Amino acid sequence: MKDFIIPWNERSDERDMGTPAKEGKPVTLTIDGFEITVPEGTSVMRAAAEAGIQVPKLCASDNLEAFGSCRLCAVEIEGRRGLPASCTTPVAPGMVVQTQNEKLRKLRRGVMELYISDHPLDCLTCAANGDCELQDMAGAVGLRDVRYKAPEGAGLANHFEARDTSGQVNPEWLPKDDSNPYFSYDPSKCIVCNRCVRACEEVQGTFALTIEGRGFDSRVSAGGAGDDFLASDCVSCGACVQACPTATLQEKSVIELGTPERSVITTCAYCGVGCSFKAEMQGDQLVRMVPYKHGKANRGHSCVKGRFAYGYATHKDRILNPMIRETIDEPWREVSWDEALSFAATKLRGLQEVHGRRSIGVITSSRCTNEETFLVQKLTRAVFGNNNTDTCARVCHSPTGYGLGQAFGTSAGTQDFDSVEKTDVVVVIGANPTDGHPVFGSRLKKRLREGAKLIVIDPRRIDLVKSAHIQAAHHLALKPGTNVAVLTALSHVIVTEGLMDEAFIRERCDWDEFQDYAEFVSDPRHSPEATEALTGVPAAELRAAARLFATGGNGAIYYGLGVTEHSQGSTSVMGIANLAMLTGNLGRPGVGVNPLRGQNNVQGSCDMGSFPHELPGYRHVKLPEVREIFEQAWGVEIDPEPGLRINNMLDAAVDGSFKGLYIQGEDILQSDPDTKHVAAGLAAMECVIVHDLFLNETANYAHVFLPGSTFLEKDGTFTNAERRINRVRKVMAPRNGYADWEVTQLLANAMGAGWNYTHPAQIMEEIAATTPSFAGVDYALLEEKGSVQWPCNEAHPEGTPVMHVDGFVRGKGRFIVTEYVATDEKTGPRFPLLLTTGRILSQYNVGAQTRRTENVVWHERDLLEIHPHDAEQRGIKDGDWVRLASRTGETTLIAKLTDRVSPGVVYTTFHHPDTQANVITTDFSDWATNCPEYKVTAVQVGPSNGPTDWQEEYAARTERARRILPAAE
Amino acid sequence: MPTARSEITADEIAQIIEAHRGLEGPLLPMLHALQEAFGFVPAEAHQPICDALNITRAELHGVISFYHDFRKAPAGRHVLKICRAEACQSVGGAALAEATLKKLGLDWHGTSADGAVTVEPVYCLGLCACAPAAMIDDRVVGRVDDAKIEAMIEEARA
Repeated sequence: MKDFIIPWNERSDERDMGTPAKEGKPVTLTIDGFEITVPEGTSVMRAAAEAGIQVPKLCASDNLEAFGSCRLCAVEIEGRRGLPASCTTPVAPGMVVQTQNEKLRKLRRGVMELYISDHPLDCLTCAANGDCELQDMAGAVGLRDVRYKAPEGAGLANHFEARDTSGQVNPEWLPKDDSNPYFSYDPSKCIVCNRCVRACEEVQGTFALTIEGRGFDSRVSAGGAGDDFLASDCVSCGACVQACPTATLQEKSVIELGTPERSVITTCAYCGVGCSFKAEMQGDQLVRMVPYKHGKANRGHSCVKGRFAYGYATHKDRILNPMIRETIDEPWREVSWDEALSFAATKLRGLQEVHGRRSIGVITSSRCTNEETFLVQKLTRAVFGNNNTDTCARVCHSPTGYGLGQAFGTSAGTQDFDSVEKTDVVVVIGANPTDGHPVFGSRLKKRLREGAKLIVIDPRRIDLVKSAHIQAAHHLALKPGTNVAVLTALSHVIVTEGLMDEAFIRERCDWDEFQDYAEFVSDPRHSPEATEALTGVPAAELRAAARLFATGGNGAIYYGLGVTEHSQGSTSVMGIANLAMLTGNLGRPGVGVNPLRGQNNVQGSCDMGSFPHELPGYRHVKLPEVREIFEQAWGVEIDPEPGLRINNMLDAAVDGSFKGLYIQGEDILQSDPDTKHVAAGLAAMECVIVHDLFLNETANYAHVFLPGSTFLEKDGTFTNAERRINRVRKVMAPRNGYADWEVTQLLANAMGAGWNYTHPAQIMEEIAATTPSFAGVDYALLEEKGSVQWPCNEAHPEGTPVMHVDGFVRGKGRFIVTEYVATDEKTGPRFPLLLTTGRILSQYNVGAQTRRTENVVWHERDLLEIHPHDAEQRGIKDGDWVRLASRTGETTLIAKLTDRVSPGVVYTTFHHPDTQANVITTDFSDWATNCPEYKVTAVQVGPSNGPTDWQEEYAARTERARRILPAAE
Repeated sequence: MPTARSEITADEIAQIIEAHRGLEGPLLPMLHALQEAFGFVPAEAHQPICDALNITRAELHGVISFYHDFRKAPAGRHVLKICRAEACQSVGGAALAEATLKKLGLDWHGTSADGAVTVEPVYCLGLCACAPAAMIDDRVVGRVDDAKIEAMIEEARA
């Protein structure tokens, strides 16, 4: 039974309460003789559900506002006329409600009879059989007969028969729409309850669906007349499919496989929102992923990636056997695990003997679990005997770690996602939530539709600036690379106009530092008028935005990689912290500084000590008292010297002093800047071990390939952008034989480590024992609470939804002077345009997963967005191949003309390896953390005939490097 | 009854949209004004309306398709509406309608070959006491019979 949910606990009650929960003063009423007290504003239907009584319903769902169209939920209320719909009737004190009596039964049967008279009776062969609310309701109201019969000599008007008995075409019948790769729309089964339309509007906020026509002609329609689902604005989030009470909107996987028999609660492995899902299973076959109602990050919503794009887990490209080769020119040889591991261990130890202890290192993955990441950094610190560990957070949010750490004392985002429901003014800087963090984007849009104001600071007109029913109050379309100047100008306005929250600053921050800061920002050279020429942001607009943020109520700042991936990334983060402190927007729900983390476990991988200078819990390796904790736990001596960062490793490799690297679940060749330099570094190493699902681009330079496992194949935890530790549960055996933590353990043991973990829970015990902010975390607690936000320790036994409530972690909040220093990457006559990069909804990061799913129907290849003005000057038309060149390299891709980008700015994504956008990006990086400056590259764009030499050469090399010899018989 | 016009300019559409966007609930007045100006709601106006009101094309489609009187294409020079509601049917309205359509060689919503008249069904004109009822352009006619219909069509063709 699909209603069997693992783990089984009080949250397993997934009953639909009919209408959303309300807040208000208590109201007591009587339903079917039972007294029940609920908040004011609650519907009679929900009150009944709270009392354990289910009123029959079809159009109501507790994630949608009441609609009152199906008439099935009618009840009798003493002293009121008629039989009102319980979903739209709010409770009143002393109300006496009857949900069942003969009159109601008769009415409901009559209503059901009408529904069924226009519904095919093919239940046994229907995809929703056993999972159909219409079927359930027919049972609940005791429908036994449908009395509507066709008049003599004519058919009964209906929507479900393609032809009548005489073979006449039924004009009311519409064919199935199978245009969406993941779900089908079968109009013949539709009861026009409107739930899909409302889900698209209220939950997802896309407004892609409507009811066309009226009366008997009413039909669900995606987009305008003549559109199908794929051609419409639909983003395939799946909310409509979930809302549909029948098989009208149905996952194709369910049509193909049948109804699932159990659900396992787990966490999505895509972006940093960390949505909870039910993996619905038949044996070890995944039937579908359905967002979990009690998931605290997503509250029952999902996006196209988490909901549907899991096909990569079983894609034919997945490598399931270990492989080795002596040199990267040779084809791969499939070998046993033992052979691969001893090959790797011997090589690594050999390199250490010749080139020294510090000649090898690891790169941890932001896609793997906390437990796996902990083991990988433990491998380098305890087994390799050095601190050469780094992670992809280096190339995304390392400035957040540094900047927020300096200002507040901890690098963590300050809020939970629920906080957005209480915010009044939202600033989104360098982030594109509707594409990059779609479920958060939907929650934000919902709040905006409720009236919150939005300020977007982004060079590109992202969807949030203007889309259905939302519009940013201000869009500061700055020139790429001028974030610091804009942030400082915002502070300038707030300070010089006296809009700061002085009481907050005096109480919570260092007043002397504030004085210095105030003096700095008040300097007229930081005024919006003075910086306008530099940033391209009109001064009046910037002033208005600053005033709105400072005076508009709860102000929350959400930011992404458009802030961090700059030469002044850390400075921008500090500027954001300054803004929040200036306006007193910290330490309560609805406010805060919220970095939107890119990957599912990038927060966790940072927490777990992936950086070369920090042990788990962000404690410096030079501190003897910290080293002692781990030395005791691990029984080894820890190197007090910080290790190498990714780019240092590559530099050292080119110099010949760094020789071996174990890379778990990251494709540095594609995702790191200046591809040619990365390639040179990797090529110079003698033992590159890639541990991944696929032969990724980095694997072209690898000597050992260890097959990885997907999130469906292992137990563990992910930590999302709100510091929430969510369980990942194994729903099927690893197809490659081992979960990733087991592989790391095997490698460690092959090098003589002697580890013997048998379950990730034991690794979490070790994390909790050594890391104060995780002290209270264990699997039992996660089982009980579902999830928990760190810090979770004695002071916060149930975790911490909002940080810095009574004071900053570091004591007093610290204002830091943020002097704008222009990047060295400048435009000039040869490279007059600025390239900035981003993501798209349907693809994820380097695309290793999403490119291997049907998501490619939405994004086949990377496109270069260019303003029509710039395009015309260069003789470029929409859809042309263009050459994109920087001082570092060049590539070719297809141009898309759009005014989303300003003149002078071009934009692309980096989801596809054949584009190699990072051939273009430079090796400039953040002054504090070396986070690469992906977001600003001076480029030139010109017409082209097709792929560059590099692209062709690269494609050829890739093909060569991926040859696999058939295993010996 | 406005007659359909062949020339539809983006400027004129923009002007009509602009003139109504300040209203509370501006969409219906906008659609009415467009139909008034062009005789139908031109598809060229859809995107500008969506942009102006910040709604999606699905929502617009939902509204336009809900009201049968909003046209997607121009009607004939005159529109004849014949009531098909219960009161009219009970006194021969259905037969009258059938005969009229047959005479013109049209189906419901069809336009005569000379472009003179479009025949449409209507469900109650509020003239039940004088059923069967019909309406030619903006003028309602009671106690309609074959002769009166004939006269209306003749007049339309004149």
